[in-house]
Amino acid sequence: MISGVLAMQGAFHKHKLVMESLGCKTLEVRTIDELLSVDCLIIPGGESTVMVKLLSENNMMDPLKSRILDGMPVFGTCAGMILMSREISRMNQDSLGVMDIMVERNAYGRQLESFETEFEVSGIPGEPFHGIFIRAPKIVSTGRMVQVLAELDSVPVLVRQGNMLASSFHPELSGDSRIHQFFASMVK
Amino acid sequence: MTDKHWSDRQESTWKTKVGLAEMLKGGVIMDVVTPDHAKIAEDAGASAVMALERVPADIRVAGGVARMSDPDVIIKIQESVSIPVMAKCRIGHFVEAQILEALEVDFIDESEVLTPADDRFHVNKKNFKVPFVCGCRDLGEALRRIGEGAAMIRTKGEAGTGDIIEAVRHMRTLQDDMRRISSLPVEELMTAAKELGAPYELVLEVARTGKLPVPNFSAGGVATPADAALMMHLGAEAVFVGSGIFKSGDPAKRAKAIVQAVTFYKDPARLAEISRNLGEPMTGIGMAQLGDKDRLAGRGW
Repeated sequence: MISGVLAMQGAFHKHKLVMESLGCKTLEVRTIDELLSVDCLIIPGGESTVMVKLLSENNMMDPLKSRILDGMPVFGTCAGMILMSREISRMNQDSLGVMDIMVERNAYGRQLESFETEFEVSGIPGEPFHGIFIRAPKIVSTGRMVQVLAELDSVPVLVRQGNMLASSFHPELSGDSRIHQFFASMVK
Repeated sequence: MTDKHWSDRQESTWKTKVGLAEMLKGGVIMDVVTPDHAKIAEDAGASAVMALERVPADIRVAGGVARMSDPDVIIKIQESVSIPVMAKCRIGHFVEAQILEALEVDFIDESEVLTPADDRFHVNKKNFKVPFVCGCRDLGEALRRIGEGAAMIRTKGEAGTGDIIEAVRHMRTLQDDMRRISSLPVEELMTAAKELGAPYELVLEVARTGKLPVPNFSAGGVATPADAALMMHLGAEAVFVGSGIFKSGDPAKRAKAIVQAVTFYKDPARLAEISRNLGEPMTGIGMAQLGDKDRLAGRGW
């Protein structure tokens, strides 16, 4: 199994290190050929506006969207989640529109409001998960098919819809690979 | 002596500070002086903007004392974009830094481009909730700044020149220093720390990991997509572009090209395509023409 990490911009390297620590082969994805050769894909944190631009300018939006709709497991963190969302609240910004969630960018505030906290994740036994939220997007609504795996103050922060997993926080920065492990288990 | 790295023992905000720096990797941070510039930068794919009153090339021309920007400029730029907004304070000027924190900028650059306020001491960056980026020319300087709390390092280069030679020199020096430290036996590291003028614990960490404990970006002299790609090859994890964009003939086009170049830096054919027809680059000042007193990189202690 080769797990791809979209490497247009952002924290792709940290995700790669976590997947490698789980024994996965990884590939940085910047081109259509690379996209077609991976079994799953992580869309990292970073700036969603930058990623959308680079994807569009390099004609990767549609191929990426079709691979996800064809069932390729995909995990979006922070900006990655924004990219996957059906709708971005109060912004005129493109997204892949594959996941039935509405998100609001920077809804937790500027960098001064970035924070760390702990919460339970359903399906992941043991200690609560330590989540790092950086200028994080908020999930403001979820569709019927979306399963909420973790919440913070009654707001979803980790959600799944079939082959798609998305988080407001950064599991790649917390030194705990359980959510990545969970994602790897979604890949057949 | 604990087995944990220095960076694993920092207080909790450390992770969100360095985390934001992680998010900026593989991107381009652009100097902007107006909300219009900021919009152009964002539309071109900047991962963050640096709000300034003047770009470094104009600071050189204007002479005099270069200070923190008018808060009004910063606020207007914050209102005009959704990406992170950074701003600069003078070296050692912790009140300018406090003002920038009160403005809720996302990153503070304690920068040699502005006229230093203190000729011996930098800001104690650990006192702030906002993360700091600082310049360096070598490993010792980088580790002193990290020891003071910087969450990101950028090699200085020579701002406002459009000449890449200093950026290359500083990046190569930093990388060479790290390779050397990693190859030393433990008993030599205290003396190495003394020679570098760097905190011992950070020297130990670099010796074990072979890299800085915070992201390492490049600045000072990037004027073309090829310059940006060169710095990525040399070990930069992202690139700051100051005068290189808005002092060029077609800022929007050049900005977009530099963003692409940072993503596709390993693909020469793509770089050739990206570099076509960008209009005039900034005129620039060759380093050989620049007297010692006009060099900004020497500022910082």
